[in-house]
Amino acid sequence: MSDASLTFSDLTLGYGSHPAVHHLNGPVERGSLIAVVGPNGSGKSTLMKGIVGIVKPMAGAVKTAPGQRLAYLPQQSEIDRSFPARVLDLVGLGLWPKRGLLGRYDRRDRQDLRDALDAVGLAGFEHRPIDTLSGGQLQRALFARVLVQKADLILLDEPFNAVDAKTTADLIALIRHWHGERRTVLVVAHDFELVREHFPETLVLARRPIAWGRTQDVMRPDILARARRFDEAWHDDAPWCAADGPHAGHDHAKTGSSSVPATAQRSGSL
Amino acid sequence: MIELLVSPFVEFAFMRRALLGVVLLSISSCPVGVFLMLRRMSLAGDAMAHAILPGAATGFLLFGLAIVPMTVGGLIAGVLVALGAGAVSRLTVQKEDASMAAFYLISLAVGVLIVSLRGSSVDLMHVLFGSVLALNDEALILIAGISIATLAALLLLWRGLIAECLDPLFLRSVSGIGPLVHFVFLGLVVLNLVGGFQALGTLLSVGLMMLPAAAARFWTARVDTMCLLAVAIGIASSTAGLLLSYHFTLPSGPAIILSAGLVYFASILFGGRGIVRVLLIRHRHRTA
Repeated sequence: MSDASLTFSDLTLGYGSHPAVHHLNGPVERGSLIAVVGPNGSGKSTLMKGIVGIVKPMAGAVKTAPGQRLAYLPQQSEIDRSFPARVLDLVGLGLWPKRGLLGRYDRRDRQDLRDALDAVGLAGFEHRPIDTLSGGQLQRALFARVLVQKADLILLDEPFNAVDAKTTADLIALIRHWHGERRTVLVVAHDFELVREHFPETLVLARRPIAWGRTQDVMRPDILARARRFDEAWHDDAPWCAADGPHAGHDHAKTGSSSVPATAQRSGSL
Repeated sequence: MIELLVSPFVEFAFMRRALLGVVLLSISSCPVGVFLMLRRMSLAGDAMAHAILPGAATGFLLFGLAIVPMTVGGLIAGVLVALGAGAVSRLTVQKEDASMAAFYLISLAVGVLIVSLRGSSVDLMHVLFGSVLALNDEALILIAGISIATLAALLLLWRGLIAECLDPLFLRSVSGIGPLVHFVFLGLVVLNLVGGFQALGTLLSVGLMMLPAAAARFWTARVDTMCLLAVAIGIASSTAGLLLSYHFTLPSGPAIILSAGLVYFASILFGGRGIVRVLLIRHRHRTA
């Protein structure tokens, strides 16, 4: 699989000795558009952070293809809304991978910024202070920043939270545009309708991977019900994970359900 | 009038030296103050100011009232506390405000203890409140060096500082430079407090850092203009403070800080984002 944008090999991420994402395997092909779904606490955000490298694996590994640019839009951004910055300054942060600490912004960069603001429908907002933006406008600005980053791998953690229908539709259009450009996009989403309609591939997480494959194969009631039933709590008396080798050293905190089912391996679309 | 404003500086060398010292200090410590404020670390500046005391006091204990040993001592103590508090907040569950408070309180107690081992209360007053009218060549050269180093570092790290303040998580996703920026910045804070301590003392030097920055916040919504404005306010209140202290025989350090305090109060009331304007403008709005 030489054309993988991301490869998970027995990836386990967690906090303390407790796993939040357990035994994730498989490649993410370049250019795929994947929805990541699952109940609260199922490890979706942790998976994103693991791919970015903010959370280090407890076992296994996630490998990103070399030379790939990554853009990450977190669920709870740590943006300081009271900081005296204009929309242009916020979106301009997206030039960091290209210009770094000291590189000067040239005319092309400034054009890129304007184009990005145009694309998200924020033309004319360049000089607005960020503390005057609405939630939806801020989300549009953050999408503009992702645009400016020109990333090959784009991770969006619940980008449609508290965003109205019109904005959601505009953001979806952008995501589909990225998909058309063969960028790899992973999106954490809660709206199943939206996932069924727009995402060709879906990963269902409930701490461990429940299913991963073509959306119509995976978004089935029985699979989703299984994901909903998972036990969110950590158990300090949970037995140590039995898998061998480098993987040992974290609690199995799952309930009595059977071990990783066959659907946890990638089905379809391979 | 002009006579009153200019003649003290024309007539007395010590006034000229004092003016040069505080102007240089304003140029470097006011922008640092702006970033401290924007990072919600205004009180951390205060804490760091206390933290340099034991180092300065150790220098004083060993070498008497000499600028170089006291400065080096203060620098070491300040950096140790900044690193210690930073490490505790990054490696444990404790947030930086709590670890900083713990470290500086210990530091302050140790410092006062060390000064009292040798000196009188006059010495303690000098260390705590400085003596801007007694700046010698060594002190001025030191302050100039700190000024230049600070400006250079701020210009180099500008984009990183903005990113680290505005969206630290984003910076982490594209670059590993965040922690470096943070610690260099804390270093600049210590450096400027140490530079200010000969002139204004450990307790008041943070005033020249924070008050102009806090005042500038009411006038502009851009970081670069805020820094320039803070420097201007710093220079103006330093000059005013020195003149007040000369004409009314007031202690110079407090006179400088109080002048900055007056600008701060005026800014709260009359600034572009101040109280008066907010109240006046409320009943006027555009159609879109």
